Amino acid sequence: MAILRSFGWKSLNQERIVLAIAIGLFVMAALALPGFLTTGNLVAILRSVSVLGILALGMAVVVIGRGIDLSMVAVMAMSVAWYLQMLGNGVADGTAFALVLAAVIGVGLVNGFLVAYAEVPAIFVTLASGSFVFGFVRSQLISQDAVPVPRGHWVETLGRLRLASVPPEVFLFAGLAFLAFLFLRFSRWGRFVYYAGDNPQAARNIGIPVRPMLMLRYVISALAALVAGLLTAASLQTINTRMVNSTLLYDIVLVAVIGGIGLSGGKGGVRNVLYGAALIGILLNAMTIIDIPLLYQNLIKSTILLAAIIFDGVINPRDEQTAQQGDI
Amino acid sequence: MTLRERLQAWRYNLVPDHLIGEILTKRWTDNAIPFLALVVTVATFGTLIPGFFKPLSLQESTRQLGEFSLVVIGLTVVMLGGGIDLAVGSIFALSAFAAVSCFFIFELPVWVAFAASLAVGAAFGAINGYLIGYLRLRAFLTTLVTFIIGRAIYDILVVAFASRVQMSSATSPIWDFIGDGTALGISVPVWAAFGLAIVTHIALTRSRPGWHVLAVGGSRRSAYNAGIKVRRTVFLTYVFSGLTAATAGFLIATRLSGAGPGTGQGLEIAALTAAVVGGNSLGGGRGSVAKGLMGAIIVLVMTNGLIRLGYGTGTNQMVLGLLLAVAVTIDIRWLKNRHKVLNEVYVAPVYLAMGPTQSAEPGSGTPYALNNRLSVADAIGLGALEGPEDVILDADDHLYCGTRHGEIVRFFAPDYTRSEVFAHVGGFPLGLAFDASGNLISCVGAMGLYSISPDRQVTKLSAETARSLTSIVDDARLRDPNDLDIAPDGKIYFTDSTKRYDAHDWTLDSIENRATGRLLVFDPKDGSTKTLLDGYRYTNGVCMAHDNKSLFFAESWACRIHRYWLEGPKAGTAECVIRDMPGYPDNINRASDGTYWMAWLGMRTPSFDLSLRHPAMRKRMARRLPQDEWLFPNINTGGVVKFDEQGRIIQTMGDLGGASHAMVTSMREHKGQLFIGGIFNNRIGRFAIEGADPDWTGMRAYWGAKP
Repeated sequence: MAILRSFGWKSLNQERIVLAIAIGLFVMAALALPGFLTTGNLVAILRSVSVLGILALGMAVVVIGRGIDLSMVAVMAMSVAWYLQMLGNGVADGTAFALVLAAVIGVGLVNGFLVAYAEVPAIFVTLASGSFVFGFVRSQLISQDAVPVPRGHWVETLGRLRLASVPPEVFLFAGLAFLAFLFLRFSRWGRFVYYAGDNPQAARNIGIPVRPMLMLRYVISALAALVAGLLTAASLQTINTRMVNSTLLYDIVLVAVIGGIGLSGGKGGVRNVLYGAALIGILLNAMTIIDIPLLYQNLIKSTILLAAIIFDGVINPRDEQTAQQGDI
Repeated sequence: MTLRERLQAWRYNLVPDHLIGEILTKRWTDNAIPFLALVVTVATFGTLIPGFFKPLSLQESTRQLGEFSLVVIGLTVVMLGGGIDLAVGSIFALSAFAAVSCFFIFELPVWVAFAASLAVGAAFGAINGYLIGYLRLRAFLTTLVTFIIGRAIYDILVVAFASRVQMSSATSPIWDFIGDGTALGISVPVWAAFGLAIVTHIALTRSRPGWHVLAVGGSRRSAYNAGIKVRRTVFLTYVFSGLTAATAGFLIATRLSGAGPGTGQGLEIAALTAAVVGGNSLGGGRGSVAKGLMGAIIVLVMTNGLIRLGYGTGTNQMVLGLLLAVAVTIDIRWLKNRHKVLNEVYVAPVYLAMGPTQSAEPGSGTPYALNNRLSVADAIGLGALEGPEDVILDADDHLYCGTRHGEIVRFFAPDYTRSEVFAHVGGFPLGLAFDASGNLISCVGAMGLYSISPDRQVTKLSAETARSLTSIVDDARLRDPNDLDIAPDGKIYFTDSTKRYDAHDWTLDSIENRATGRLLVFDPKDGSTKTLLDGYRYTNGVCMAHDNKSLFFAESWACRIHRYWLEGPKAGTAECVIRDMPGYPDNINRASDGTYWMAWLGMRTPSFDLSLRHPAMRKRMARRLPQDEWLFPNINTGGVVKFDEQGRIIQTMGDLGGASHAMVTSMREHKGQLFIGGIFNNRIGRFAIEGADPDWTGMRAYWGAKP
C-alpha cells in the first residue's frame, strides 16, 4: 500500500474502484449474458437490491457513527412475523402495528442504551439482541417458521402494486436513500453522526449529545429493518423466519463495507451504499443467470466480503490512538 | 472521651472494614460470580429434570460437554490474547468432515483421520491468525466472514459427499472406542477436555508463551514495548483455537460417525457466551481456563436442560442472547468500575486520639521549638536530584543517596559537585546502610531489601517474610520497606511500614492510620527474614543504639520513638521512649556525641489530629473527594531533632521558610557536618554542626577504623 500511496494512487479510492468494477461487470454481463440487458432483468436487479439497499442504509447510518447492527435481520424477520401472526390471530391492524412499531423502537433503544451508556461493544450487544429477538419471538409469539400474509391485507396489496411495471420497493429505496442523503449531508444531526464516528470522545467534549444520538441511530436501523421486512413480506406474500440463519446479514455488511463506508466510522455516505448495492445486485444477478448454485454464490459473496474487509483494513488502518482496549 | 468518640472508636477500630477492600483486590473474586451462577444453574436444572444426575444421562451430556469445553478453551485463549474467534463453528464442522471423509471415503486409519482434522484446524486457524495478527484486521468481523466462508465450503462438501460417507462400510474398534467407549467410566471427550484444560492452564500461568498471550491481551502496546512479538503471539492464539476446535470436531465425527448439515450450527455463539459468562474479559488479559470451563458447563446445562424440558425452537437462542447480553454488560461494567469501587472502599480509617503535645513554635521555649537553622544549609546536587530519601557516606567520604528514578547516586568527596549513577536498582531506594564489608544495603520501596556491593553488583536479600494465617492481603510481601540498620553480628534490622499500601501510597496509609507497620530482621547467615514486631502505625527509621544492646525505631503516624531490646532482661520487647511529639518522625541516625539524630517528615496540625478522632469523616472524604482535596498530614515543615539515650530532646532545627528543607526524611552526621535528605526534595543539604567531633564518621562508629 505504501508503494501505491507514494505513486499518488490515493485518488483511486475504494469507492471509485467499486464503481469501476460495477460498471465493468455490467458491461461484461451485458455483452456476454443473453437476457441480461432486458428491461425485465434490469427491474429484477433493482428489485433485488432494493430491500438489501434499505437495510444497508440503516446499517450505513450506524456504521458511520462507529457502530454495527447485527440484529437487523432478526428484527426485520421477527417483527413482521409477529405482526402477521397477530393479524392471523385476529388482533386489530392498528393495535398490532402499534405494538410491533413500539417493539422495534424498543429493540433499537435497548441496543443503543447498552452501547452508549453501558459502553458494551456494539458488536456483542447486537449479536446478543439479535439472538434474543429471534429466540423470543420464535418461541413465545409465533407458532411456525413461516407466517403468511392474510388475504386482502394492505401488505398483500403492496406486493401487487406496480408503477410503470416497477415494484414499489424500488421507489421506496430511492426515496429513503434521498432522505438519508439529506439527513447525513444537510442536517445538523447528520453531520454530528460523522463527528461522533470519527472521534467520539472529541465529539462529546465539544458538547455534541453523542450518547442520545447513538441510541437514535440504532432506532433508525431497527426501523429500516421493519420497512425492509414489510417489503419482503409484500413481495413473497409470506415471511420466513429462517432467513435469520441465512447470509442476508453479511450481505448487508457487504454492501455497506464494499461501497467504502469504513468500519472505523466517520467515513462514507449514501453514495457508497448505492455503489455497493449496484455491484452486489449486478453480481448476484449475473451469477443467477450463469446458474451458479446458491451454495457457491454464498462462497463467492463471502470471499468478496473478506477481500473487502482486508482492503478496508489496509486503506483505513486502525487508529491506535483512538481505538480502545477491548475494541474488537 | 465523649460517648460519640467512644462509639466511633468501637465502630471503626473493631469492625474490620478493611477486609472488604482486601477481598476485592483478590483475583479470585472474579470467579465468585460465575461459580455462583454455575451452582444455581446446575441446582435448578438438576431439580427440574428428573434423572438429571443419573450416570447414563450424565455420560451422554458429558460427552457433549467435553467437545464443547475443548472449543471454549481455544476461544478462551484467543480472548485472553485480546481477540475473538467466531470461526470455531466452521472449523469444528470442517475438521469433523475431514475426519469422516478420511475414515469412511478413503478408508484411512484413525490416526490419519485425526491428523487430517488437526491439519484443517491449524490451517484455518493460521488464516485467521494471519489476517488478524499480521494484517491487524478486526477480529470479530474477520472471523465472522471466515466463519461464513468455512460454512459455505462445508455445505458444498456435505452435499457432494454425504451419500458416499453413508455407503461406506469402514469400521475400526479405535474409532468406536473414541466415539462410544469410556475409560475408567469417563468418556474420551471428557478426558481430552480435562487434559487440555490442565495443559493450557499450566501453559498460561507458568510458561513464557502463556504470559505473552496474557500480556498482549492486557495491553498490546506495553507488550510490544516490552519486546514481545505481538503479532506472532496473536497469530498463535488463533492456530491454537483452530486446533482445539479441530479436536472437538474429530470427537464429534467419531461420536456421530458422520457429518450432517447441522454439525457445529450455532456453536460460535454458544462458545462465545460460555467464555463470557464464565468471566473471561472481552478485550483480553483477564480470564482463565477455569472460567471458560465454568461458562461451558453453565451454557450447556442451560441449553440442554431447556431442550429436555420441552421448550420449543428458539428458546435456546433467546436464553443465549439474554445470557450473552447480561454477561457482557456485567463484565464491562465490573471492569470499568472495579478500581473505582476498590478506591472507595479500600481506605478504611480507624480512630486514634493523639496525645497533647508540646509546642514546636519558634520561641515557645520548649525543647521542640523550631529554629531556622536548616535554611542556610549548602545545597548538594541542587536540581539534579529527585527524592534523596536517605543519605549516607562511605569510608572515603563519598556521599550516596537514592533517587526517585530507581538509582543510587554517588557524589564525590571533597566538594560533592561531581556525581555518578553508582547503581541502578529499579525501585525507589529509601533507607541506606553500609555493612562491615562495605556493601551498601538498601530498603527499596515496594521491592525489598537489596545489597549493592562496592563493585556495583545489585543482589536481592529479602522480599518476603512469613505469611500470617489470618491476613487476607498478602502480608508476606514487603510492601513498604523503609529504613534499616545493621547490628555488629551482621543482622539487618529493618522496618516495613505498612501491609496495606505500596510505598508510593504512603499518604493513603496516613489517612487510614491503621497499625500495620512491622519491625523485621534479616539474618545474612541463613538468609531468613523474621517479623519481630507488628502492629505499629507506620514504622519508619531504625537506628542501633551506641552500645548495640538495643535499637530505636520510629512510629511515624503515632509520633513516637520506641526502643527494641536485643539484649538484657527486656530482650525481644519494645518500650516507648518518646511519645506525643509535635512532628512525624522518620529516619534515626547516630550522632557523634553519643546521642541520636531524628528527622521529622512533617508536623502535626490540630486539624489533622482532630480528623484522626473522626474516622467517619475521613472515610467520607476518601470516598467523595478527589485525592488532591483530601486532608493530609502537613509535610510543608519538617525538622531535625536530637535526642539522647533516655529520650530527652536536646535540640530541634527546622527550615521555617520551607524553601530548602521543608520535609526532612533523613540526616547523617559525618566529620562534623550534617547531611540532610528529603523524599520530595531536589537536593541534599549540608552544614557544619557546632561542637561536633570533626573526625567522627558513621563507618568508624559502626565498623571501627578502616583496615
